[in-house]
Amino acid sequence: MSTILEVNKVVKQYGDFVALNEVSLTVPKGSIYGLLGPNGAGKTSLIRIINQITLPDSGEIILDGEKLQPKHVQYIGYLPEERGLYKSMKVGEQCLYLAQMKGLSKTEAKIQLDYWFDRLEIQGWWNKKIEELSKGMAQKIQFVVCVLHKPKLLIFDEPFSGFDPVNANLIKDEILALKEQGSTIIFSTHRMESVEELCDHIALIHQSNKLIEGKLDDVKRQFKTNSFEVGILSDHVEGLMFDLTQKYTVGQANFKSLNNELKLEIQLGNSAPNELLNILTQRGQVTHFVEKIPSVNDIFIQTVTK
Amino acid sequence: MSIISLIIKREFIAKVRNKSFIVMTFLSPLLFVGIAAFVGYLSAMKAETKRIGIHDETGIFVKEFTSKNTENSEYKYLDLSLIDVKFLKDSITNESYEGLLYIPKSDNPKDLENKIQFISNDSPSISFVEDVQDVIAKKLTAINYQAAKLDTTVIKNAEANVSINLSKASGEESLRGLNEIKIGIGGAFGYLIMMFIIIYGNMVMRSVIEEKTNRIVEIIISSVKPFQLMMGKIIGTSLAGILQFFIWTVIGLVLMFSASLFFGVNVGPTAKIPPEMMHAAQQEFASTAQMYIKELWNLPIATLLISFVVYFIGGYFLYSSFYAAIGAAVDNETDSQQFLLPIIMPLILGVYIGFFTVINDPHGTIATVFSMIPLTSPIVMLMRIPFGVPWWQIVISVIILFATFFLVVWFASKIYRVGILMYGKKPTWKELYKWLKY
Repeated sequence: MSTILEVNKVVKQYGDFVALNEVSLTVPKGSIYGLLGPNGAGKTSLIRIINQITLPDSGEIILDGEKLQPKHVQYIGYLPEERGLYKSMKVGEQCLYLAQMKGLSKTEAKIQLDYWFDRLEIQGWWNKKIEELSKGMAQKIQFVVCVLHKPKLLIFDEPFSGFDPVNANLIKDEILALKEQGSTIIFSTHRMESVEELCDHIALIHQSNKLIEGKLDDVKRQFKTNSFEVGILSDHVEGLMFDLTQKYTVGQANFKSLNNELKLEIQLGNSAPNELLNILTQRGQVTHFVEKIPSVNDIFIQTVTK
Repeated sequence: MSIISLIIKREFIAKVRNKSFIVMTFLSPLLFVGIAAFVGYLSAMKAETKRIGIHDETGIFVKEFTSKNTENSEYKYLDLSLIDVKFLKDSITNESYEGLLYIPKSDNPKDLENKIQFISNDSPSISFVEDVQDVIAKKLTAINYQAAKLDTTVIKNAEANVSINLSKASGEESLRGLNEIKIGIGGAFGYLIMMFIIIYGNMVMRSVIEEKTNRIVEIIISSVKPFQLMMGKIIGTSLAGILQFFIWTVIGLVLMFSASLFFGVNVGPTAKIPPEMMHAAQQEFASTAQMYIKELWNLPIATLLISFVVYFIGGYFLYSSFYAAIGAAVDNETDSQQFLLPIIMPLILGVYIGFFTVINDPHGTIATVFSMIPLTSPIVMLMRIPFGVPWWQIVISVIILFATFFLVVWFASKIYRVGILMYGKKPTWKELYKWLKY
């Protein structure tokens, strides 16, 4: 898989405050890349640098094999966290204006607008002013403006904040469709469930430093503790517990089940799962045996609070 | 470049389509003409004739005054020498007299110099007192000549009357003439520049604040450089200003022309002035008008117009970059006040210097210095130009103005760049200074 965006040891300072401290990232082409981090970690600073809104103090950015330069604005679509439109301007005019700024010709922009207005079923809005639209409607327009020029790289900063569930779902589907068409998507968010759902790569930035980066599965593998959740119906609980605590670290687990079984979380350390299973099957009826995979949320909290 | 023209176009259309722009553009000339017509009407109204009683015990002076009475004069003098002074003094306030001029009896005219009284309730205007003094002094002087047995014609012939011819060092034309025209034209141009800078500078600021509060600014500057956005905004807004100015000029001219036509047709016949008098009045009017028109043509018109354009561009750009930076620094218009005051101050200073210093001494040190300082030069220099300014002074002042403009744009764009992405903070001067170093 080739790389579309490479961030190389980027440093950004505001006065004495270091916003980014030698941050490096590699975004593979065609991925949905989750850029995670708590508030004030430096995500927006990094996104602004990629969008050439601000310049890095040092370090470089390579977009599709070339050093980042002014012409690249038309390859990038950006949906900022703080977003809005000209209130007293008509929807159509406004979209045309913003599309032309991204380098589209007027006719080309019109064709694209027709396509997107059709797709999102907002054809009748062309001559409405933004101030006549509801917030959710304006957000649809915003999304259209962001993807209109068929950017190779899409950057969404908290894309779902402020969207109602219906629109959020719609946007999610559109994001997946864009990925199918070959766009790469960088996705900055706090909403871990959407990361879990959409992203295949993640990076975690905390206090101006990048702490984690990689394929989501790899990161999870890296963070898994070789623990298993176990449910067992046993008549010899004391004996079982004795056997288990001899070999493993055992804790209480919490999962949904129909029976009144013993629920345990067992950390295996270096031993194989089958050994544990052997012990368990000798002592009772196993109803539940699942490897505990850390959620993105767990990884996030674990890394940030460390 | 094409992106800048895109921004210019949008800003221009957004300004011009705005309802308040349309209302302002078409209403203010009407207002202006209305006020002018109203003032004209007021001044055309005949002032109430003021009656002045004269009690002249010498009998020498009263004729000098009563002979001045005409139908239209402001003061009407009445000979009340036969009525008792005491009675006059008591009744003068009750009667419809403005005042009483009391000239006591005296054998020696010399004594009269300090003894003449004017009695009234309201203090008389200075020009009236001076007129009265003048009349009496002339008469007294003539009497003195006679008493000394001097030949008045010899004295008259001996009096020299000097009139110096003024001309420019370049020798092209005479500068003698009506100062009011120079003051009027210079003042109007200077004032116009100030108004335009304030109105359109404010528009630039409001437009920056609008983009910031709309949060669209981040989308836009992900496609263009903040500097391009700022310049596009300034230029686009200035074009709207120029259009408005152009419309005003056209509408104003049309309205003034039709108004004078309207009044000329209606007022003329109803005035019932005898034909020969009207003819004389017309001739007099024509000669005054000719004088004024000639004087107008004697002004350095080309210099004036070119300078107006150059100084407007320089001054407007200079100030609107300040306005843009302020707009970027604040979140809403109320927060902008603390930064606006230092900007409006030099403009007001310029107008004051123009009206108080330039008019008295157009080429004095103060006027010259302030016509060089870039923050006041657009106003002060334009007020000076009708009085004739050496070309090298204009050149230096324009160079300073544009050099400052580039410097200020550079600083302003730095503040602008940082400011448009800062939300929710009310910045201080110290913070603005810090932004310059980002």
